[in-house]
Amino acid sequence: MAKHYTLGLDVGASATKAVLLDGDVDVARSLRKSGANFAAAAQACREEVVETVGISVDEIGRTVSTGYGRRSVDFADNTVTEITCHARGCYASFPHAITIVDIGGQDNKVIVIEDSGDRKNFKMNRKCAAGTGAFLEEIANSLDTPLSSLNELAAQATGDVELGSFCTVFAKTELLKLIAAGTPLPEIVKAAFRSVGRRILEMDPLQGDVVMTGGVVAHNPIVVELAAEALGRVIQVPDHPQHTGALGAAIIATEK
Amino acid sequence: MAEAKKTEIKKIAAAKTMRKLMADHFYELDRAAKDGHPKVAWCTSVGPAELLRAMGFVVYFPENHGAMLGATRMANETIPAANAIGYSPEICSYLTSDVGAFLQGRTPLTDAYEGIESIPKPDVLVYNTNQCRDVQDWMAWFGNHWSKPVIGIECYRNVGDVTEVHVDGIAGQIEALVPTLEKVSGEKFDIDRLRDAVRLSRQCSDLWKKVLETAATKPAPLTFFDSTIHMAPAVVMRGTQLAIDYYNELLPELKQRITDGVAAVEGEQLRLFWEGMPIWGRLRDLATLFLELKACVVASTYANSWIFTTLDPGDPFRSMARAYTELFIVRSDPAKETYLQEMIEKFSVDGIIFHDSKTCPNNTNCRHGMPQRLQERLGAASITIAGDLNDLRCYSDEQAKTQIEAFVEQLTGRAKQHA
Ligand code: SF4
Repeated sequence: MAKHYTLGLDVGASATKAVLLDGDVDVARSLRKSGANFAAAAQACREEVVETVGISVDEIGRTVSTGYGRRSVDFADNTVTEITCHARGCYASFPHAITIVDIGGQDNKVIVIEDSGDRKNFKMNRKCAAGTGAFLEEIANSLDTPLSSLNELAAQATGDVELGSFCTVFAKTELLKLIAAGTPLPEIVKAAFRSVGRRILEMDPLQGDVVMTGGVVAHNPIVVELAAEALGRVIQVPDHPQHTGALGAAIIATEK
Repeated sequence: MAEAKKTEIKKIAAAKTMRKLMADHFYELDRAAKDGHPKVAWCTSVGPAELLRAMGFVVYFPENHGAMLGATRMANETIPAANAIGYSPEICSYLTSDVGAFLQGRTPLTDAYEGIESIPKPDVLVYNTNQCRDVQDWMAWFGNHWSKPVIGIECYRNVGDVTEVHVDGIAGQIEALVPTLEKVSGEKFDIDRLRDAVRLSRQCSDLWKKVLETAATKPAPLTFFDSTIHMAPAVVMRGTQLAIDYYNELLPELKQRITDGVAAVEGEQLRLFWEGMPIWGRLRDLATLFLELKACVVASTYANSWIFTTLDPGDPFRSMARAYTELFIVRSDPAKETYLQEMIEKFSVDGIIFHDSKTCPNNTNCRHGMPQRLQERLGAASITIAGDLNDLRCYSDEQAKTQIEAFVEQLTGRAKQHA
């Protein structure tokens, strides 16, 4: 049996993503909550892409896993860090010097890629929830508003309310002040998104072409808009921003 | 099974001698504290140990105890006790773990050495702020507790070139300690004894330097993680013959490894530099991780901090002053960068790991743009790991591991590309 498919699995802290490649063509993708069982989430993601294409698991030549739970995928042939996989996945869409900003559920990454595709450097920020998906979840909770409605709400805002604090706990007390002052909900939500953008700009000068990826970007395009506004430049986003890590893993799987 | 072997840390035979030396050291201190003689001096890590030895003190190093609290992870339980009495989680976690341990009546010495119930009570506490202000606060807490004199040297910071003005200032401060030390010890200062201690200290330093420099060989016969253990005699016994004898045993063993082509990291593919404090509670984990990744941490600013090449028995006070001021930790960023450049070249370093140690800003060098400058100027790749020397609440195993793995992927990928 020809085994020309490769699978990339990105087992992130919040979501598990899969990309199935047929040669260099992305033929199926899946997405699940990682939950408390990384192995099960990875398994389910694999089943989903296999079903989508109508092949059997045996037709997958190689699987590479990445992400926080990468070592939990016992059927993977290799594990590679999410830094390398995000870089590879993004470079596939933007094959030139880029600065990647990935906003994940629990951490942010800035990865600087040279024209050749070599990585120049990277930074991770996971000391606290500030600027990550976890921060937005906290905010949604405090505001008793579904996470999925934040983007739409923020889009209705016209003002320029800011949250000044660094830390999630302080930001939440600022929220209380805004609520007490009768600030409309959309303005508060937009302020939270603006704060996510600010935390990113504090991580790196973000030189050259900037590409944004990750689950937060996929579900909340307003983050890109606000970050671009703060940066004063256009920020690009790949077609499937939440799947860049999985795509990179699948590409790496084709190489070995 | 064969796989498991590959990731085993290779044992250094001299370690057995070192364990005995350390036991003798702590028993000697314990006896002195219990008997009331010889007098016990506490001394911060690059404090005037030579002078204290010359005046007949047995010398105890609180930072060494702090490192033991970290390495045994007892610090995790003792730090909160110091936090609770107003010593913030943001300040030196050697200080907080040590004060906390004392408040709880605990010490790792008790587990390691039968019959030792506590740290040795000091007769005098001597600091040098070349490490940081925290050492002064730390000695002050204990000095206050026991009503013992706390004396020391307030050093210069951010020093570019070490000048005669610096040397005069520090030498004067060291000399000014003598009257108090005479009073506490009951012994008269004798310059010849000081010369002797300085001579022994210099010999120890020269040997320790040679030990560390064996790692310039490819493959390296020892790692940074080995050096954090084998530096103990240089730290707590400098100025004695014992330390010299120890390195005279260790050095030939490492040279033999070089002759036999024995690598500390089997299949060494990458050579890294560790900048900043060790993460004491994770030494073994990190050593094993680097072994698995075939990356050898060949050198560090930390282990190099006990090299004092300017000590001169002919001019003891001034040469001590110079040695304590030439120390990496007190230098300006340009001086530090020049030094790091030399290290990168000498040890054929492929990349630098900066440890951003939450509670030790003084031994953390990535907060004022240094990694970026080194990358720009020398093309030196680096990562910055957030952590701490003792407070593991500030450290994420997973984050550090991912960063280190990603760094190795980056460096080996680049090596392949340009091969
Ligand atoms: S230099 Fe750092 S680790 Fe050493 S005593 Fe000062 S703050 Fe603590």
